[in-house]
Amino acid sequence: MKNRSLSFWLFLTPTLVALALVVFIPVLEGLFYSFTNWDGLTFTKMVGFQNYITLFQDKAFLNAFWFTVGFVIVTVIMLNVIGLGLALLVTQKFKGNNFLRTIFFMPNMIGGLILGFIWQFIFTQGFQALGNALHMDWLQNWLTNETTGFWGLVIVTVWQMSGYIMIIYIAYLQNIPNEIIEAAKIDGASAWQRFTKITFPMIAPAFTVCMFLTLSNGFKIYDQNLSLTNGGPYNSTQMLAMDIVNTAYNSGNFALSEAKAIVFFVIVAAISLIQVAYNRKREEDL
Amino acid sequence: MGKKGRTTLGIVGILLGILWLFPFYLILTNSFKTPKGIFASVLSFPHPSTGDNYVNSFKALNFIGSLTNSLIITVCAVLLIILASSMAAYALQRNHSKLSGGLLMLFISAMLIPFQSVMIPLTANFGAVHFLNMWGLVIMYVGFDCSLSVFLYQGTLSSIPIAMDESAEIEGASRWQIFTKVIFPMLSPITVTVAILNIIAIWNDYLLPSLVLPQAQYTIPLQMFNFFGEYTKQWHLALAGITLSIIPVILFYLFAQKWIIKGVTDGAVK
Repeated sequence: MKNRSLSFWLFLTPTLVALALVVFIPVLEGLFYSFTNWDGLTFTKMVGFQNYITLFQDKAFLNAFWFTVGFVIVTVIMLNVIGLGLALLVTQKFKGNNFLRTIFFMPNMIGGLILGFIWQFIFTQGFQALGNALHMDWLQNWLTNETTGFWGLVIVTVWQMSGYIMIIYIAYLQNIPNEIIEAAKIDGASAWQRFTKITFPMIAPAFTVCMFLTLSNGFKIYDQNLSLTNGGPYNSTQMLAMDIVNTAYNSGNFALSEAKAIVFFVIVAAISLIQVAYNRKREEDL
Repeated sequence: MGKKGRTTLGIVGILLGILWLFPFYLILTNSFKTPKGIFASVLSFPHPSTGDNYVNSFKALNFIGSLTNSLIITVCAVLLIILASSMAAYALQRNHSKLSGGLLMLFISAMLIPFQSVMIPLTANFGAVHFLNMWGLVIMYVGFDCSLSVFLYQGTLSSIPIAMDESAEIEGASRWQIFTKVIFPMLSPITVTVAILNIIAIWNDYLLPSLVLPQAQYTIPLQMFNFFGEYTKQWHLALAGITLSIIPVILFYLFAQKWIIKGVTDGAVK
């Protein structure tokens, strides 16, 4: 199809129109409004970088930022370790491995909002009962402070996403030719050597994919945050996405919320791009 | 691996499986208890058990209504995404110019923009033309989700030889006929993937519909959020509601598991 042909543009029209209406026009408007005193309906003046200066002094935003960074670091490590572990487990030959795959992936089908409600019950009622039965104090009063709120969010995310990460690792593990493993066995390589010298380098591309997914998902989480802790107690477990939403719809500070959203966009995009570039380079070096 | 090793793995697997299923066990058993029963023991089997929680939460959730809304929105959005993105990918893939490369980059860059960066102007614009309803929502999903879908279609299209198009063209088929009669049917494996990924995302979405839909058009997650707010601390009702709302998803998963796993893998790996 030629650039000038009518059919080329007709085929592209639905997607281009939808993207323009839903993504590109609003993001440009948002960028513009972040330099004004917009209240969601009108604005009276341009304020320059005032909103951006304000947000870097905004305690709620900074707190949400560091909370989210901590959450992302912990979940990226846990999800990749557990996801790879589960993948290695269910790709071994034993009875029931397919059934286990089904179970591990199942939480991923349920939306974040309902997952948060499920775990709210487990943390507040189930843990409490277990703690009483086993006389373990640390199982009690979950979600009533920042620490248990943090680990609560981590547990929900790990329970939800490990199966997803597992599926991706499985896809790459199955691509490793069996002959290589068998040859290494004959040469006397131990299970650990086979894993570090063969399996690990051969699934390097899976790391790129899984790191990318877990990083960007971690930063963008909202639903679980809303239904599990709703940011509480006292906004101590509020993550970036929730802070941006609340700045707009609870505090009515639409221009500031837009500025925060633009900073959020830059952070997420930068991390994603750096991460992909870095992993591509590392794969080539191997 | 020896027999002993396999047994050990089997045991580890069973234990992990139980750990993974434990939340479902707690939700299900407690949803059949009375408030007193939950208070007395969270971990035990329901005794005496009651189905009243389900009758009450079924009504309070307006379950049939919200299920219908979820179905209409998901089906319409997914069909439109499939149509729009396969057409766009076809145009881009069969055009080897700088322009199509640039457009593809534009689509990919749209995937990097987080929802919060567009949320307020988007809802303001749609509100201004009175489109804050399920049809506006369907259009929004096409905008948000077609980038990834175009990308997926594009990859598969490159493996379909252009000779297919050319021979159809010689027989006098128009561009649209070539696409609908020859090319689109060959894309069905990736169409399944696109459908699965979008069904899961749209069915479970909360934030966007909560900003767009009027109460009469609430989907299951929205209804669930309201319901939960009303019945806080009434866990017997809340748990029955949770169970009801995840039944359609679990059924879909068990029925279409093979395609779901393939779809999710394709979506992440490609």
